[in-house]
Amino acid sequence: MSHQDPETIARESCTLLKELVSREKPLTPRERMSIAPQAMPAQDPLLRRRNMTEVALGYTAEQARIESMRCLQCRNAPCIDGCPVRIDIPGFLKAAAEGDFQKAIAIIKSTSLLPAVCGRVCPQEVQCQATCTVGKGLKDVGKAVAIGRVERYVADLERECGLTRPPAVKADTGKRVAVIGSGPASITVAADVRRAGHAVVMYEAFHKPGGVMVYGIPEFRLPKRIVQLEIDTLKAMGVEIHTNFVVGRTRKLKDLLEKDGFDAVFVGTGAGLPKFMGIEGENLVGVFSANEYLTRSNLMRAYDTGRADTPIYPSRKVAVLGGGNVAMDAARTAVRLGAEEVRIVYRRTEVEMPARVEEIEHAKEEGVLFHLLQNAKRVLGDDQGRVTGLECLRYELGEPDASGRRRPVEIKGSEFVLDVDTVIVAIGNDSNPLIPSTTDGLKVTKWGNIVVDETGKTSIERVFAGGDIVLGAATVILAMGEGRRAAASINALLQAE
Amino acid sequence: MLRSPNIFIFAGNVMNRIESKQQLAEDVYRMQVEAPLIARERLPGQFVIVQLDNDYGERIPLTIADADPEGGTISLIFQAVGKTTHKLAERNPGDTIESVLGPLGKPTHIEKFGTVVCVGGGIGVAPLYPIAKGMKAAGNRLVVIMGARTQALLILEEEMRRIADELIVCTDDGSYGRKSLVTDPLKEVCTRVPKPDLAVAIGPPVMMKFCSEATRPHSVPTVVSLNTIMIDGTGMCGGCRVTVGGKTRFVCVDGPEFDGHQVDFDNMIQRLKSYKKIEDEAHRRCHMDMALEARGRAS
Repeated sequence: MSHQDPETIARESCTLLKELVSREKPLTPRERMSIAPQAMPAQDPLLRRRNMTEVALGYTAEQARIESMRCLQCRNAPCIDGCPVRIDIPGFLKAAAEGDFQKAIAIIKSTSLLPAVCGRVCPQEVQCQATCTVGKGLKDVGKAVAIGRVERYVADLERECGLTRPPAVKADTGKRVAVIGSGPASITVAADVRRAGHAVVMYEAFHKPGGVMVYGIPEFRLPKRIVQLEIDTLKAMGVEIHTNFVVGRTRKLKDLLEKDGFDAVFVGTGAGLPKFMGIEGENLVGVFSANEYLTRSNLMRAYDTGRADTPIYPSRKVAVLGGGNVAMDAARTAVRLGAEEVRIVYRRTEVEMPARVEEIEHAKEEGVLFHLLQNAKRVLGDDQGRVTGLECLRYELGEPDASGRRRPVEIKGSEFVLDVDTVIVAIGNDSNPLIPSTTDGLKVTKWGNIVVDETGKTSIERVFAGGDIVLGAATVILAMGEGRRAAASINALLQAE
Repeated sequence: MLRSPNIFIFAGNVMNRIESKQQLAEDVYRMQVEAPLIARERLPGQFVIVQLDNDYGERIPLTIADADPEGGTISLIFQAVGKTTHKLAERNPGDTIESVLGPLGKPTHIEKFGTVVCVGGGIGVAPLYPIAKGMKAAGNRLVVIMGARTQALLILEEEMRRIADELIVCTDDGSYGRKSLVTDPLKEVCTRVPKPDLAVAIGPPVMMKFCSEATRPHSVPTVVSLNTIMIDGTGMCGGCRVTVGGKTRFVCVDGPEFDGHQVDFDNMIQRLKSYKKIEDEAHRRCHMDMALEARGRAS
């Protein structure tokens, strides 16, 4: 996959669409399968390495229709089984293929709350697109119908045309629900519970709502204005949002129920405790968690050095440890902040990388170097305690482990030193202990994740939880799915009273 | 639209209005800030994170010097040392602070230990004061040692005098009280019989390091309160991490107080300088801007 000029893509899709719609007979499945997958227009890698604006530019109307025509409208719709919130995918693709984009977005929104976000950051290749018959038939999941890209197109079109309307809210029930956190799980719960007519107050510890979508995922992958629109929609529905409010400290969770008159509480505080490697030199100056590095750049806007008061480390040579989406985000952010060399150090191979294929490709196009089957052993520093290098070890793949992935085994004596001044640790998050440690009786797993039953209820009556605080670090759509479930349980509980 | 069964809901949208402002010493200010939720929950040892502008401002941790739960205010004492604290010092009663988050960190463990020696250096006397007050209220005999570079920088002497059973004031230059560093009287207090049961030292990192070294030979347990670089203050970024007893701990959620005998101060001091060049440059520009503004006002 190499970069294609957006203008050429647009021109070719115009010609192709004209040809497709001029055919006299409806397209046969074979003909649909033979339509080439539509490439996502993207900013030129050489340009985008120096800016923060979105990399993927989005389909044109023609491309959205052509891509939708590739759908075979399978009666058993395996794609729906692959979607955590079970969107009627063939339904919205049929409408989009016909050019009825308004109907397409209406179908999506009847089940999903954040299509503009999910169209961008969902790992479709392991969800809806993994089970797509077209991809299976062409023996390449990369050639499945690009469901996410069409979803993004119709969501963007609705927003850009100013057609987004807040969902209808039922008459006030007099019941009140507190939602802790303002990321994808919490936004979903707030919307679903508010729709049922209950009052909702959302509490966010940071000064801006949006959770990981504003502090973690960079602007070049998910523009902040898209998240802001979702927040504005919640406000328009009457959801009250309090920022700078950290439950567990500003107010204890149980006080919300016992003293502040809330009838139920949802905990969606995310996976906010960065893991470190536990290796020598990890507290040297120049070693950062990906959370810190990304928060400085995204939420605190440190990339805007002329205006932002928050500094970011002036890195020349960066090593990012990890192989997930967060590692890619950190590496690509470092590139944009002007680092000369950015390396991903990952102890398995590219096949095992949890990052989305698209993100890996984008990182490569932007010049990020990949050090596979290598792992950090020790961070080296000078007499000022600043990072001067990273000692690594080489690995080879051994027997499969519990996750089914072949276990990386270190090669003894293979140590070597990478010349770096910055190390960013992106090996995941543990769950934040702030709420469990200040809430008696709240059951957690040995990893600190809140334990919930199949309805999303915790060990405390009227307290529900979902998203990364339950799942461990996962994805936006899974968090949304969890939120959906918990919201349904909360609504059922409050309706029964 | 929303029912409000108690004042809590109204109190949620506080404006963080500055109620009063006082200059305590050169570049040291005390501000009383409207923050009813924080005032209600806050305990000695805890801190807040303050941000002056939500779009481009930085988040800085400041210790809570005192609080009035009935009046709904907290007192912040800070020294204008960088861009944000300078800008804060320029605010006046009636102005607001866009974001104040807290109370953060674990509260001080206060109980009756016996004799507690509280050592404060410079601006560190501010966070020390509520702890000293708490220790006294818990029935401890309270020895307070406070110091500053020079007399003009001493703060809260009267407040400390009112609660301390014994107060030792020193200045580096001898302009007031005893001419010495705080470590000298601390060593002497440690050699008394019986020796103190606990020492609490708060001040510049180097001072806390040497206070911990002073008490170590006498095996006097020593609590220090660390003020490191942080962003969120809730455990999410890890920027505040320090090495304590060979293990990585987060100041924001595991601290801010730690066993001074276990803290790797050298590493902490180096980490505090992570952004020194950038911060110094921002500070210099901030002074230039302030000078220009002052000239503009004068003309």
